[in-house]
Amino acid sequence: MVNTNINFLGNRNIFLVFSSIVMAIAIGSLAIKGLKLGIDFTGGTLIEVGYEQPADLDTLRNALEQGGFANATVQYFGTTKDVLIRMKLEEGVSSALLSEKVIEAINKNDAPTASLRRVEFVGPQVGEDLAEDGFLALLYSTVAILIYIAWRFEWKFSLGAVIATFHDVIVTLGLFSLLNLEFDLSVLAAVLALIGYSLNDTIVIYDRIREGFLQIRNKSTEEIMNLSVNVTLSRTVMTSVTVLLVLLSLFFLGGEALRGFSIVLLFGVFFGTYSSIFIASPVALLLGISPADMLASTKESTDSDGLP
Amino acid sequence: MQNSYPLWKNLVILLIFLLGLVYALPNLYGEDPSVQISAVGGRPLTRSQSEQIEAEIRASGVESIAFEFKDGRALARFSDTDDQLKVADWLREKLGDSMTVALNLAPTTPAWLQAIGADAMYLGLDLRGGVHFLLEVDMEAAVKQTEERYVDDIRQALRAEKAHYLTVGKEDGFIKVKLKSAEDKPNLMRVLDKEFRNLNVTEPEAQDQVWLKISEQAINEIKRNAVSQNITTLRNRVNELGVAEPLIQQQGENRIVVQLPGVQDTARAKEILGTTATLEYRLVDIEHDVQQAVQGRVPVGSRLYRDRDGAPILLDRRVIVTGDQIVDASSGMDEDGRAAVFVTLDGGGATKMGKITRANVGRPMAVVFIEYKSETRTVNGEKVRHKEKVEKVISVATIQGVFSKRFQTTGLDSPQEARDLALLLRAGALAAPVDIVEERTVGPSLGQDNIDKGMLSFLVGFGLVVLFMLVYYKLFGMLANLALAVNVILIVAVLSILQATLTLPGIAGIILTVGMSVDANVLIFERIKEELRNGTSPQASIFIGYEKAWATILDSNITTLLVAVMLFAFGAGSVKGFAVTLIIGIFSSMFTAINGSRMLVNWIYGNRRVETLSI
Repeated sequence: MVNTNINFLGNRNIFLVFSSIVMAIAIGSLAIKGLKLGIDFTGGTLIEVGYEQPADLDTLRNALEQGGFANATVQYFGTTKDVLIRMKLEEGVSSALLSEKVIEAINKNDAPTASLRRVEFVGPQVGEDLAEDGFLALLYSTVAILIYIAWRFEWKFSLGAVIATFHDVIVTLGLFSLLNLEFDLSVLAAVLALIGYSLNDTIVIYDRIREGFLQIRNKSTEEIMNLSVNVTLSRTVMTSVTVLLVLLSLFFLGGEALRGFSIVLLFGVFFGTYSSIFIASPVALLLGISPADMLASTKESTDSDGLP
Repeated sequence: MQNSYPLWKNLVILLIFLLGLVYALPNLYGEDPSVQISAVGGRPLTRSQSEQIEAEIRASGVESIAFEFKDGRALARFSDTDDQLKVADWLREKLGDSMTVALNLAPTTPAWLQAIGADAMYLGLDLRGGVHFLLEVDMEAAVKQTEERYVDDIRQALRAEKAHYLTVGKEDGFIKVKLKSAEDKPNLMRVLDKEFRNLNVTEPEAQDQVWLKISEQAINEIKRNAVSQNITTLRNRVNELGVAEPLIQQQGENRIVVQLPGVQDTARAKEILGTTATLEYRLVDIEHDVQQAVQGRVPVGSRLYRDRDGAPILLDRRVIVTGDQIVDASSGMDEDGRAAVFVTLDGGGATKMGKITRANVGRPMAVVFIEYKSETRTVNGEKVRHKEKVEKVISVATIQGVFSKRFQTTGLDSPQEARDLALLLRAGALAAPVDIVEERTVGPSLGQDNIDKGMLSFLVGFGLVVLFMLVYYKLFGMLANLALAVNVILIVAVLSILQATLTLPGIAGIILTVGMSVDANVLIFERIKEELRNGTSPQASIFIGYEKAWATILDSNITTLLVAVMLFAFGAGSVKGFAVTLIIGIFSSMFTAINGSRMLVNWIYGNRRVETLSI
């Protein structure tokens, strides 16, 4: 990857239109279909059981129905030997003994014995609290980043970075909504990690643009920005690859519990890289960023004292 | 002279690496299945008790690898879990109720590492298996209980003062006192001023009424007590479960976290946590002989009890007051500086206590702690629900004078004993009800599965990144890989030192850090390549590459850090573990990727003529 010279900024309108469409689809799906929230946020009971042999879901459903758990949903989890049983919250039903009763019900028949692998019960209030805390974490992260970048760089950069990050989050959530993937606490953690990753990428490019603004005198703003995106391109790709490698490993080998987590980040690396190049810089340009902004405000990071 | 670190800088880097290595080391050692024995109620075991335990283990016929007696607890290690379980059952039967026998996994960390405080990482429940409960204390019920008690007390006090009232009752959020006539109001006000300082008084226009409300301060006190009282009760119960490292902690204003690592039988755990306790004050029977009672001749009108050490004691059949009549119990010092427990009774209890003490000055009085446990046992293959009442005498003291509402118990051995007694008294008092609002149980097989899968994806991910860096950046890639390996060691070391909980998302955080932290090296190396392309000399390229990438690396890491800190602040449970590894990873990767790799580059290329770089 030597000396690329792709006109990223010149074609910005194409990408901005493309991104707007993708965002519109994502928001549309989120608005109409919504997110399939996990019990962390909705409250409810989730029981994972393991069998020695592949389990028969119909038998299991019958057993549950006979045991008085008609509203339980049953599905395989990762393999056909593991089964997830979900139950919604019910008014007046004591959560405390629910899981024992369920196990009793499914082990009652002479069906193969299931062993309890995991129980998660989340009460309604706790679910609400977790959702609220998750939302606050997203909100405060965004505000903190907005302030930090505005302080270290300039508000136009800051807004560009936040819009690019916002884009990544919306598109990823939209994909989760479209593909009907479950959104739980670990997925939320991954969304925040995605914000961190996407910003990381954006900042590297911004840093280079700032350096260019301060040093290059005979080029237009757009040319400097284009040059900066190009010289950092090999780094952007390299880092995406190393992160992709660990994420693929996590996706294929990390087990079912981390699947949602790795899916978010796999999408996220793709969109994060895309948005750093095609959204963050163009937005800053649209907002009217120019070398004058940098010269007036900062002198940092390019001090070259001690160079040979 | 360029591209060389001064000696001190090399030494500092090497020292940090060495420390990291030492503190990460305990994680390589395994764990022995072991049995941990401690005395009930948190008191230390005595030397002779320890010897008794050791003798019992020998008597069981199972060979233990080691027997340790430390910090008032005994620990026996075994070569496999069969031996461990056999001995645990044996000891539970032989040692009786005064000691708790718990299964544990004892780390085999060598003594020299333990001596410098090096421990293996603390695994979360999702990795080691166990139960997590979040309990919520019903604060409204706690406040309501108190209000009801005040209503009773006010009636009682008014009767004692001969002030005539029509009604005392709760209405519109107030405790409203309606008097027969306004003439009784001064009397009422005097009573309120004397005995009910915790009530805020509102005087409505009607002169024969007074409205009362519990003061904000008192309500906060009630809430605090409701939580701490429940925590005390839970601690006592969890001790009986035989859990090696239980965690019981207040979370927020009204919630309590209970974590029981290794507990599989959640039904039993819930039963024990749901046990109700109460207590009774009774007079001691000093007229009859205890020894005869032990032999079966218990006198009519008395009952035989045992104290906490199992010694028999005869008590009067009649109960003076019960736990729900205790308003408060606290420990402190009396006027003479002796450790004491101060008890406050409600109106009904006070009247009865006054009557009994008037007639029995000089006689000893005992406190009996009673727990109703329900337990499901398997008898002949069938599950039988078994309710059991466990009674124990926790304190005996001589009545020194007539008292009723407030009294104190002295003659305790230590302030610690006073605190324990006060805690038990509060635990036996009417506790605010609790609900389980969250449960997360992870079976042992799933925990091990999670560890195995986490480990495998870490190793594969790490291997892929290392390979990729090596192919793409050659020698420099090799150096970055060394820095990456040290990075992982440092993360493990810091996690071990902080004893922060490692969860499955935490492992994911480490894996993610492996992928992201080489970014710093990629930035530096790309910059060096760029400089080389511009015709800069190799030495200068290295210098510029590291210098210029520094600010970028800092900026990009700080934004990630901001997000991770937010996640730590607002994340719950296992997600917090992810934030922790991410935060540690950011710091350690900046150190290793910049300083660590630079040191290696300096060693290889520094201080000599270099024509080309292997990059």
